[in-house]
Amino acid sequence: MLTKRIIACLDVSAGRVVKGVQFKQLRDAGDPAELAAAHSKAGADEVVLLDISATHEKRTTLADTVRRTARQLFIPFTVGGGIRSLDDAIAVFEAGADKISINSAALANPSLITRVADRYGSQAVIVAIDAKRIKGEARFEAYVSGGRNPTGRDAVAWAREAEERGAGEILLTSMDRDGTGAGFDCDLTRACSEGLKIPVIASGGGGDTESFVDVFQRGKADAALAASIFHFGLHRLGGLKQELQSAGIPVRWPC
Amino acid sequence: MIAVIDYRAGNLTSVKKALDHLRPDAVVTCDPGVVARAAKIILPGVGHFSVTAILEQAGLRSAILDRINQGVPFLGVCLGMQWMFESSAEAPGIPGLGLFPGACGRFTESVKSPHVGWNSLTCHEGSRLLRGIPPGSFVYFTHSYSAPVVEQTVARCEYGGEFSAAVEQDNLFGVQFHPEKSGALGLKLLENFCGLSC
Repeated sequence: MLTKRIIACLDVSAGRVVKGVQFKQLRDAGDPAELAAAHSKAGADEVVLLDISATHEKRTTLADTVRRTARQLFIPFTVGGGIRSLDDAIAVFEAGADKISINSAALANPSLITRVADRYGSQAVIVAIDAKRIKGEARFEAYVSGGRNPTGRDAVAWAREAEERGAGEILLTSMDRDGTGAGFDCDLTRACSEGLKIPVIASGGGGDTESFVDVFQRGKADAALAASIFHFGLHRLGGLKQELQSAGIPVRWPC
Repeated sequence: MIAVIDYRAGNLTSVKKALDHLRPDAVVTCDPGVVARAAKIILPGVGHFSVTAILEQAGLRSAILDRINQGVPFLGVCLGMQWMFESSAEAPGIPGLGLFPGACGRFTESVKSPHVGWNSLTCHEGSRLLRGIPPGSFVYFTHSYSAPVVEQTVARCEYGGEFSAAVEQDNLFGVQFHPEKSGALGLKLLENFCGLSC
């Protein structure tokens, strides 16, 4: 049976893993290569490394970080953050990424999705969408630039377009829930998942086991991102999978 | 020397990296001359079935078939395994190698496509490739087309119906999943292949 995936996400700035709350208040959390390997060992089904470096100068370390992280990682490895062109994508793939995640650049230049998919296959292209609930409505707006700028685009409609253009998966982050541990936004996840043929990875708000059960059952998510290694201790990864299994969610356990 | 065939079907970095982790003599190549000297051949690849046409154009198809006929162990991964069958509904005009019978087809409409993630194997006994890999093991898949279950199937997987997750006959081996992305069990499979003496 196809299992629901738990994906460990490492936010990286200037070659170090950091974590903030709602895209702010960054704290240092360690070395990406070491933490990725530790997550894999602890039972993560995939690792995502998101470069959130504020400046271009800091980003020059990305290829090196990816190379070091990929060397000892034998589960799917996605890299995102600041990938603006086919050349940026190629550099990341050549450093050892299996998939790339594109966000702002895909909205600014949707043909980038198709160009990367044509070269590396759709399975290698994740379109990340940062979505915020529109006040008083059951609709969500897509934001870019690390959640700073609204786009006026409906998040679910944009996900559908990304799929048509060749995206292999959607990484859907609820900005309202990110870093809060208050549970995933199941309305958002479900609206996206039911409207698409490709898998949807839910992100933002993961906390207790119940929140993961909820996003898989009610939110119809195919995978969930466990973004915070502060809110979500490494030691909890195996325990979470056992609890999900007990709750009837198919997971890869033992791994 | 193990030849890893590069025919511009996706990213071979991860396959090369996994092999480098196990042994030092893997070479990524698109040169039929290198294939002719290889002790083992791995054909990875993701993407559209039509890209396998490049293998014909580059002279790799006949080089691979010659080595296979000489008894050299051959492992097709993902698209590489699908190419070992007769054809695929993804590119009807392009023939596969026909080493295994039948055509690859699309998943049914009842399930999401592509099939992405970790799924469990129903293993058959006696496979050399799967030695030490227990039934029920989870491995990582990502594909939109799949190969039918045939006599040479040594592991099946279920996703909107059963398909071949691994096939094996004499010196021929194929896996639909990605051993290079399937953690310790995937590395075990690659180690099994590297250690074969056909």
